[in-house]
Amino acid sequence: MFIRPLFRLVPDGTKIKFMRGRFIGLAVSALLSTLSVILFFYPGLDLGLDFKGGIVLEVRTPGPADFNLIRKSLAAKGVANAEVQRFGADNEVLVKIESQKTEAATQSTIDTARATLIASAPGTKVLEADAVGASVSSELFRKGLLALGISLAMILVYIWFRFEWEFAVGAVATLILDVTKTIGFLVITRLQFDLVMVAAILTIIGYSTNDKVVVYDRMRENLRKYKTMPLRELIDLSINETLSRTIATSSTVFLAALPLALFGGASLSAFALTMLFGIVVGTTSSIFIAAPILLLLGEHRLRRDIAPPKPAARKK
Amino acid sequence: MMYFSRLKTALVVGACLLGVLLCVPNLAKAPAAFLPWRQIRLGLDLRGGSYLLMQIDMGSVIKERLQAIGDATRTGLRKGEIAFSGLALDPAHNELHLHIRDADQIPAALKIANDELDSTATTPEFTVSAGDNNEVTITLTDGGIRARELAIMEQSTDIVRRRIDATGVIDPEITPQGDDRIVVQLPGVSDPNAIKQLLGRTAKMTFRMVDEDASTTAAAPPDADILPMADDPSQKIAVYKQVDVDGGDLTDAEASQDTQTGEWDVNLRFDATGSREFADISGANVGKRFAVVLDNQVIEAPVFREAIPDGVGQITGGFTVSSATNLALLLRAGALPAPLTVVEERTVGPELGADSIRAGALSLLVGFLLVVFFMAAFYGLFGWFANIALVANLLLMMGILSVFQATLTLPGMAGILLTLGMAVDANILINERIREEVRNGKKPIQAMQTGFERAYSTIFDSNITALLAHVMLFAFGTGPVRGFALTISVGIGTTLFTATLVARLLMVRWYAATRPTVLPV
Repeated sequence: MFIRPLFRLVPDGTKIKFMRGRFIGLAVSALLSTLSVILFFYPGLDLGLDFKGGIVLEVRTPGPADFNLIRKSLAAKGVANAEVQRFGADNEVLVKIESQKTEAATQSTIDTARATLIASAPGTKVLEADAVGASVSSELFRKGLLALGISLAMILVYIWFRFEWEFAVGAVATLILDVTKTIGFLVITRLQFDLVMVAAILTIIGYSTNDKVVVYDRMRENLRKYKTMPLRELIDLSINETLSRTIATSSTVFLAALPLALFGGASLSAFALTMLFGIVVGTTSSIFIAAPILLLLGEHRLRRDIAPPKPAARKK
Repeated sequence: MMYFSRLKTALVVGACLLGVLLCVPNLAKAPAAFLPWRQIRLGLDLRGGSYLLMQIDMGSVIKERLQAIGDATRTGLRKGEIAFSGLALDPAHNELHLHIRDADQIPAALKIANDELDSTATTPEFTVSAGDNNEVTITLTDGGIRARELAIMEQSTDIVRRRIDATGVIDPEITPQGDDRIVVQLPGVSDPNAIKQLLGRTAKMTFRMVDEDASTTAAAPPDADILPMADDPSQKIAVYKQVDVDGGDLTDAEASQDTQTGEWDVNLRFDATGSREFADISGANVGKRFAVVLDNQVIEAPVFREAIPDGVGQITGGFTVSSATNLALLLRAGALPAPLTVVEERTVGPELGADSIRAGALSLLVGFLLVVFFMAAFYGLFGWFANIALVANLLLMMGILSVFQATLTLPGMAGILLTLGMAVDANILINERIREEVRNGKKPIQAMQTGFERAYSTIFDSNITALLAHVMLFAFGTGPVRGFALTISVGIGTTLFTATLVARLLMVRWYAATRPTVLPV
């Protein structure tokens, strides 16, 4: 372990014919993404406080919490429709209250609820109290989507600039498929979609792009190196050559995110679970989606573009 | 590629040492004041505290301004004996309409409106124009509104800061955001209720004469308002619109207890302008009632028993010790130019903050160890070089965050951890390349050389694309999420340095020292 490597995850010189499975890969991905889009509309994402607005309070009572008493005393103080539930230990109470009509009403409600909860049992501590007004929540949502859209556009332009347009289109199409699947994952797991999740999706986009760029980079190099090899073989060769790296990097990122999912506390573990899902999706999509798309788009073009043919043809 | 000059070696090692040095201030308090002691700050989610986003009600200011313009126009036209009707405000369009009865008088009316409202500002605050059917429209200009909003923003931020400073909260941060919002961050405050109440009042105080002739049940006469009493809103009192003394002319206000009755009241001291105005108005109105109006409520309406020449007054209005202290505080800090509402509140109690620090630190430690173990097991010696570079990376990141006194949030800690996971990717790329070159039959030094060269463009491209996504997140994100984008962006920068230069330096030194014939890959 100190000098020689202990193990290998991928044997040297693999020759897996990934492109044989290109239609299956694309079909499975298209199916999953379509399902995710359907899930996005029905039942839809569980929007968190950031995007839905409203009030969330978390308190820790000295002994086991009396949920009925808390419900009753909140109702008595005029806090209607409060959702009172346990989270974590039996002395930790989560109170959710829907968005109020006006900002002033939201403010008076959170103040009343906070005071009521503290009064419900002596020694009760407020762990967290958040109130987001309607104007802010819609603004946060807009900004979140804007950040996603602009990042995708910038990645498209950058890859186009550094590679060929086929690569850029392949990468961004794959990223969109990755993102839709992540959204499907969020709908199924009922993880709350809030600002932290936007961060998770952007990180997945960043990671997934990184992974595609590495494979693309090898394809670009091989296109120059093997001027007569058919694109399909060339893509398989490039994926095989980078396979060990792909698996090593996804492992380290996975290992880094894993403790966050285990010990990170409520909001970070949701973030980390999404990341873990995204790492798997982002890694597989480089091989099974981005590469086949490139093969379909570039079957005839890329060969002509990059391989420098006869000297006469080079002068335009 | 495989040669480091003395200077270059010194630079790489120096940069790492600088990183260590910059981290030192985080370990302890500054030993002496002259030292540049820059620390990473903990975000409210880790430290515990309250974040309030306040919205300035600019609409009310515009409406108030239109009202004032309407009043001035009305007075001016009456003085000029121009008959008009239908003077109406249209705050939605920042406009004011009126109808001149006689078309011939329109030019004169326009002149009066312009003269009456003439502002000395460099950008005209409004435009006056005549339309069909003898209609005259006064419109606030965008420039005028903008200038007013900027001034209000600045003034509000200032007054919020003064009010919060007066409460004794330690290290508050008050920053304007966008065009009409103020962010208030209050470390250590786990119940922001009292502060919210303090900020929720504009505290505009005026001294006006009472209109004894007006009926409080009928509609208010044009020159007076019918206002409720503060202690009993069902009781109304008619007060002239004319402001005789303004609360802005106070120099001091403090709560005190009457030694005889035990009641609390607020003592006021006016500045020169206020004292003169107070002396004039009290001298001219001995025996008459005046009203102390605070935020459109009458606190009290006593009678001037005699002229008050020294600019000292006292408000008694059935105060308790806390309401008197609060009012004094508000009056000292000054009135807000526009009402503020809280549109977002995020409060984290100290227990949760401590829990989060523990959770973040544990995750960081475990994640770091897992990555280090993986790299060592997967790449052996070259993995350890990557691990040393990883430690250098972590220290440099911390150093840079310290220099900028960046705020570390819980998502920020997640960002550091993910950076560690992603940073070794550069080393993985290099090591895999070296393996391939060895497999292709290259000699050790050549394999290392080509491995580095070939991996570079990949490392660069893959990191830049990842950076793009995170810069966007920093630009559009808010609160703790920005902390995440910040740590990751800084981390990508330091990775480009450590994973390539530091790891390469280690390999070159090792090669020069041992001259191996076979690489341990």
